[in-house]
Amino acid sequence: MLNCKDATRRMSEAEDRELGLGERLELGMHLALCKGCRNYQQHLQVLRDACRGYRETMAGENHERSSAEGGESKH
Amino acid sequence: MSYHGGIDARATEAAIVPPASIDNAFVEQVRRDMLAFAQLQLRDAALAEDAVQDALTAALTSGKDFAGRSALKTWVFGILRHKIVDLIRQQSRTTPISAFGDDEDSLDQAFDALFKENAHWQPAHRPAAWGDPESSLRDKHFWAVFDACLTHLPKNTARVFMMREFLELDTGEVCSAAGISTSNCHVILHRARSALRGCLEKSWFLAGERPC
Repeated sequence: MLNCKDATRRMSEAEDRELGLGERLELGMHLALCKGCRNYQQHLQVLRDACRGYRETMAGENHERSSAEGGESKH
Repeated sequence: MSYHGGIDARATEAAIVPPASIDNAFVEQVRRDMLAFAQLQLRDAALAEDAVQDALTAALTSGKDFAGRSALKTWVFGILRHKIVDLIRQQSRTTPISAFGDDEDSLDQAFDALFKENAHWQPAHRPAAWGDPESSLRDKHFWAVFDACLTHLPKNTARVFMMREFLELDTGEVCSAAGISTSNCHVILHRARSALRGCLEKSWFLAGERPC
Protein backbone atom coordinates (compact mmCIF):
# COMPACT_ATOMS: atom_id res chain seq x y z
CA MET A 1 0.00 0.00 0.00
CA LEU A 2 1.15 3.49 -0.91
CA ASN A 3 2.43 5.69 1.93
CA CYS A 4 1.59 9.40 2.11
CA LYS A 5 4.94 10.61 0.88
CA ASP A 6 4.74 8.42 -2.22
CA ALA A 7 1.12 9.45 -2.72
CA THR A 8 2.14 13.13 -2.92
CA ARG A 9 4.76 12.19 -5.48
CA ARG A 10 2.25 10.30 -7.52
CA MET A 11 -0.28 13.15 -7.39
CA SER A 12 2.38 15.47 -8.74
CA GLU A 13 3.38 13.02 -11.49
CA ALA A 14 -0.26 12.66 -12.46
CA GLU A 15 -0.08 16.27 -13.62
CA ASP A 16 2.91 15.59 -15.82
CA ARG A 17 2.37 12.14 -17.26
CA GLU A 18 -0.42 9.63 -17.71
CA LEU A 19 -0.44 7.22 -14.77
CA GLY A 20 -0.80 3.51 -15.45
CA LEU A 21 -3.94 1.70 -14.37
CA GLY A 22 -2.21 0.08 -11.39
CA GLU A 23 -0.75 3.39 -10.29
CA ARG A 24 -4.14 5.07 -10.50
CA LEU A 25 -5.83 2.32 -8.51
CA GLU A 26 -3.20 2.42 -5.81
CA LEU A 27 -3.50 6.18 -5.54
CA GLY A 28 -7.29 6.04 -5.57
CA MET A 29 -7.28 3.51 -2.74
CA HIS A 30 -4.89 5.60 -0.72
CA LEU A 31 -6.93 8.76 -1.23
CA ALA A 32 -10.13 6.98 -0.25
CA LEU A 33 -8.59 6.24 3.12
CA CYS A 34 -6.44 9.32 3.75
CA LYS A 35 -7.96 12.72 4.43
CA GLY A 36 -4.56 14.43 4.63
CA CYS A 37 -3.68 13.33 1.12
CA ARG A 38 -7.12 14.29 -0.19
CA ASN A 39 -6.46 17.76 1.17
CA TYR A 40 -3.03 17.74 -0.46
CA GLN A 41 -4.77 16.93 -3.72
CA GLN A 42 -7.06 19.92 -3.20
CA HIS A 43 -4.02 22.10 -2.60
CA LEU A 44 -2.44 20.95 -5.86
CA GLN A 45 -5.67 21.85 -7.63
CA VAL A 46 -5.63 25.33 -6.08
CA LEU A 47 -1.99 25.71 -7.11
CA ARG A 48 -2.87 24.71 -10.66
CA ASP A 49 -5.76 27.20 -10.74
CA ALA A 50 -3.48 29.90 -9.35
CA CYS A 51 -0.87 29.21 -12.03
CA ARG A 52 -3.52 29.39 -14.73
CA GLY A 53 -4.88 32.64 -13.30
CA TYR A 54 -1.39 34.10 -13.10
CA ARG A 55 -0.59 33.09 -16.67
CA GLU A 56 -3.85 34.42 -18.04
CA THR A 57 -3.64 37.73 -16.24
CA MET A 58 -0.02 38.22 -17.22
CA ALA A 59 -0.54 37.34 -20.84
CA GLY A 60 -3.87 39.14 -21.24
CA GLU A 61 -5.71 35.89 -21.88
CA ASN A 62 -8.30 36.65 -19.28
CA HIS A 63 -11.15 37.39 -21.66
CA GLU A 64 -13.56 38.67 -19.07
CA ARG A 65 -11.06 41.26 -18.02
CA SER A 66 -9.78 42.06 -21.48
CA SER A 67 -13.24 42.65 -22.93
CA ALA A 68 -13.91 45.08 -20.11
CA GLU A 69 -10.62 46.82 -20.87
CA GLY A 70 -11.26 46.97 -24.57
CA GLY A 71 -14.77 48.28 -24.13
CA GLU A 72 -16.12 45.29 -26.07
CA SER A 73 -18.28 43.98 -23.28
CA LYS A 74 -21.13 41.77 -24.44
CA HIS A 75 -23.41 42.76 -21.57
CA MET B 1 9.02 55.59 -27.15
CA SER B 2 9.95 55.01 -30.73
CA TYR B 3 7.05 52.56 -31.06
CA HIS B 4 4.43 55.16 -30.47
CA GLY B 5 4.09 56.50 -33.99
CA GLY B 6 3.91 53.02 -35.56
CA ILE B 7 1.27 51.78 -33.22
CA ASP B 8 -0.95 54.80 -33.62
CA ALA B 9 -0.75 54.64 -37.38
CA ARG B 10 -1.65 50.96 -37.42
CA ALA B 11 -4.44 51.36 -34.93
CA THR B 12 -6.01 54.05 -37.08
CA GLU B 13 -5.80 51.93 -40.21
CA ALA B 14 -7.32 48.92 -38.50
CA ALA B 15 -10.16 51.02 -37.14
CA ILE B 16 -10.89 48.17 -34.70
CA VAL B 17 -8.58 49.45 -32.02
CA PRO B 18 -9.43 52.91 -30.80
CA PRO B 19 -6.15 54.79 -31.26
CA ALA B 20 -6.27 55.84 -27.64
CA SER B 21 -6.36 52.26 -26.37
CA ILE B 22 -2.81 51.35 -27.37
CA ASP B 23 -0.72 54.24 -26.23
CA ASN B 24 2.59 54.66 -24.51
CA ALA B 25 1.08 54.01 -21.12
CA PHE B 26 -0.39 50.71 -22.29
CA VAL B 27 2.85 49.59 -23.94
CA GLU B 28 4.69 50.54 -20.76
CA GLN B 29 2.26 48.48 -18.66
CA VAL B 30 2.69 45.46 -20.94
CA ARG B 31 6.44 45.91 -20.82
CA ARG B 32 6.41 45.90 -17.03
CA ASP B 33 4.33 42.71 -16.89
CA MET B 34 6.60 41.07 -19.44
CA LEU B 35 9.70 42.05 -17.50
CA ALA B 36 8.30 40.60 -14.28
CA PHE B 37 7.38 37.41 -16.13
CA ALA B 38 10.78 37.05 -17.83
CA GLN B 39 12.74 38.01 -14.72
CA LEU B 40 10.93 35.40 -12.63
CA GLN B 41 11.98 32.69 -15.05
CA LEU B 42 15.39 33.79 -16.24
CA ARG B 43 16.59 35.25 -12.91
CA ASP B 44 18.86 37.52 -14.91
CA ALA B 45 17.84 41.17 -15.25
CA ALA B 46 19.86 41.95 -18.38
CA LEU B 47 18.76 38.80 -20.17
CA ALA B 48 15.13 39.44 -19.22
CA GLU B 49 15.36 43.02 -20.46
CA ASP B 50 16.76 41.86 -23.82
CA ALA B 51 14.11 39.18 -24.25
CA VAL B 52 11.32 41.65 -23.54
CA GLN B 53 12.77 44.27 -25.86
CA ASP B 54 13.10 41.72 -28.68
CA ALA B 55 9.55 40.46 -28.21
CA LEU B 56 8.08 43.96 -28.09
CA THR B 57 9.99 45.07 -31.14
CA ALA B 58 8.88 41.98 -33.04
CA ALA B 59 5.24 42.60 -32.12
CA LEU B 60 5.20 46.32 -32.76
CA THR B 61 6.98 46.13 -36.10
CA SER B 62 5.05 43.12 -37.35
CA GLY B 63 2.50 45.20 -39.21
CA LYS B 64 -0.13 42.95 -37.69
CA ASP B 65 -3.54 44.38 -36.81
CA PHE B 66 -4.55 43.65 -33.28
CA ALA B 67 -8.22 43.45 -32.51
CA GLY B 68 -7.82 45.13 -29.14
CA ARG B 69 -5.35 45.54 -26.34
CA SER B 70 -5.66 41.99 -25.06
CA ALA B 71 -4.91 40.60 -28.52
CA LEU B 72 -1.68 42.59 -28.64
CA LYS B 73 -0.73 41.50 -25.15
CA THR B 74 -1.47 37.83 -25.83
CA TRP B 75 0.50 37.93 -29.05
CA VAL B 76 3.52 39.65 -27.57
CA PHE B 77 3.54 37.22 -24.64
CA GLY B 78 3.47 34.36 -27.12
CA ILE B 79 6.69 35.69 -28.64
CA LEU B 80 8.19 36.23 -25.20
CA ARG B 81 7.45 32.63 -24.21
CA HIS B 82 9.38 31.32 -27.20
CA LYS B 83 12.28 33.61 -26.42
CA ILE B 84 12.42 32.51 -22.81
CA VAL B 85 12.40 28.83 -23.79
CA ASP B 86 15.22 29.47 -26.28
CA LEU B 87 17.27 31.28 -23.66
CA ILE B 88 16.72 28.53 -21.10
CA ARG B 89 17.77 25.97 -23.71
CA GLN B 90 20.97 27.94 -24.35
CA GLN B 91 21.66 28.48 -20.66
CA SER B 92 21.17 24.82 -19.81
CA ARG B 93 23.72 23.90 -22.46
CA THR B 94 26.42 26.02 -20.83
CA THR B 95 25.29 25.68 -17.21
CA PRO B 96 23.41 22.41 -16.88
CA ILE B 97 20.38 22.52 -14.60
CA SER B 98 21.12 20.39 -11.60
CA ALA B 99 18.34 18.71 -9.68
CA PHE B 100 20.36 18.87 -6.49
CA GLY B 101 21.96 21.86 -4.79
CA ASP B 102 22.03 23.40 -1.32
CA ASP B 103 18.75 25.26 -1.78
CA GLU B 104 17.08 22.15 -3.11
CA ASP B 105 18.44 20.18 -0.16
CA SER B 106 16.82 22.49 2.31
CA LEU B 107 13.48 22.25 0.46
CA ASP B 108 13.71 18.46 0.56
CA GLN B 109 14.51 18.52 4.27
CA ALA B 110 11.53 20.76 4.95
CA PHE B 111 9.36 18.37 2.96
CA ASP B 112 10.70 15.26 4.72
CA ALA B 113 10.00 16.89 8.08
CA LEU B 114 6.27 16.77 7.29
CA PHE B 115 6.34 12.98 7.55
CA LYS B 116 6.86 10.39 10.26
CA GLU B 117 9.40 7.56 9.99
CA ASN B 118 6.84 5.43 8.17
CA ALA B 119 6.32 8.16 5.54
CA HIS B 120 2.80 9.02 6.70
CA TRP B 121 1.93 12.59 7.73
CA GLN B 122 3.06 13.95 11.06
CA PRO B 123 -0.23 14.77 12.80
CA ALA B 124 0.80 18.42 13.16
CA HIS B 125 1.60 18.69 9.47
CA ARG B 126 -1.24 16.70 7.98
CA PRO B 127 -2.70 18.94 5.26
CA ALA B 128 -5.99 20.54 6.22
CA ALA B 129 -8.58 21.69 3.70
CA TRP B 130 -8.02 25.23 2.44
CA GLY B 131 -11.14 27.29 2.93
CA ASP B 132 -12.69 29.11 0.00
CA PRO B 133 -9.78 29.12 -2.45
CA GLU B 134 -11.97 30.75 -5.14
CA SER B 135 -12.25 33.95 -3.18
CA SER B 136 -8.50 33.86 -2.49
CA LEU B 137 -7.88 33.83 -6.23
CA ARG B 138 -9.89 37.05 -6.50
CA ASP B 139 -7.94 38.76 -3.72
CA LYS B 140 -5.05 40.94 -4.83
CA HIS B 141 -3.21 40.25 -1.58
CA PHE B 142 -3.23 36.56 -2.44
CA TRP B 143 -1.40 37.34 -5.69
CA ALA B 144 1.29 39.27 -3.82
CA VAL B 145 1.84 36.20 -1.62
CA PHE B 146 1.83 33.91 -4.65
CA ASP B 147 4.41 36.10 -6.34
CA ALA B 148 6.61 36.09 -3.23
CA CYS B 149 6.36 32.29 -3.00
CA LEU B 150 7.42 31.94 -6.65
CA THR B 151 10.31 34.34 -6.11
CA HIS B 152 11.51 32.29 -3.15
CA LEU B 153 11.85 29.08 -5.16
CA PRO B 154 15.46 28.20 -5.91
CA LYS B 155 16.45 29.22 -9.42
CA ASN B 156 16.59 25.82 -11.10
CA THR B 157 13.46 24.58 -9.39
CA ALA B 158 11.61 27.72 -10.44
CA ARG B 159 12.80 27.46 -13.99
CA VAL B 160 11.62 23.90 -14.49
CA PHE B 161 8.31 24.55 -12.75
CA MET B 162 7.60 27.71 -14.72
CA MET B 163 8.43 26.11 -18.04
CA ARG B 164 5.80 23.56 -17.20
CA GLU B 165 3.13 25.85 -15.75
CA PHE B 166 3.69 29.26 -17.31
CA LEU B 167 5.28 28.42 -20.63
CA GLU B 168 2.93 25.44 -20.92
CA LEU B 169 5.48 23.00 -22.27
CA ASP B 170 4.78 19.31 -21.87
CA THR B 171 7.06 17.40 -19.55
CA GLY B 172 9.17 15.99 -22.39
CA GLU B 173 9.84 19.48 -23.75
CA VAL B 174 10.65 20.79 -20.28
CA CYS B 175 13.18 18.00 -19.64
CA SER B 176 14.78 18.47 -23.02
CA ALA B 177 15.05 22.27 -22.71
CA ALA B 178 16.52 21.90 -19.22
CA GLY B 179 18.78 19.07 -20.37
CA ILE B 180 17.69 16.72 -17.58
CA SER B 181 16.25 13.21 -17.38
CA THR B 182 12.52 12.62 -17.09
CA SER B 183 12.85 11.26 -13.58
CA ASN B 184 14.82 14.31 -12.44
CA CYS B 185 12.16 16.44 -14.05
CA HIS B 186 9.47 14.76 -11.95
CA VAL B 187 11.56 15.15 -8.81
CA ILE B 188 11.99 18.88 -9.46
CA LEU B 189 8.33 19.46 -10.32
CA HIS B 190 7.17 17.64 -7.21
CA ARG B 191 9.62 19.63 -5.12
CA ALA B 192 8.40 22.90 -6.61
CA ARG B 193 4.73 22.06 -6.02
CA SER B 194 5.41 20.96 -2.45
CA ALA B 195 7.37 24.10 -1.72
CA LEU B 196 4.70 26.36 -3.20
CA ARG B 197 1.96 24.47 -1.39
CA GLY B 198 3.86 24.88 1.87
CA CYS B 199 4.53 28.55 1.22
CA LEU B 200 0.89 29.32 0.34
CA GLU B 201 -0.31 27.40 3.36
CA LYS B 202 2.02 29.16 5.76
CA SER B 203 1.74 32.64 4.29
CA TRP B 204 -1.87 32.69 3.22
CA PHE B 205 -4.27 29.88 4.00
CA LEU B 206 -3.21 29.35 7.62
CA ALA B 207 -1.95 32.86 8.18
CA GLY B 208 -5.10 33.74 10.11
CA GLU B 209 -6.21 37.32 10.47
CA ARG B 210 -4.66 39.55 7.89
CA PRO B 211 -4.45 43.26 8.38
CA CYS B 212 -7.11 44.73 6.06
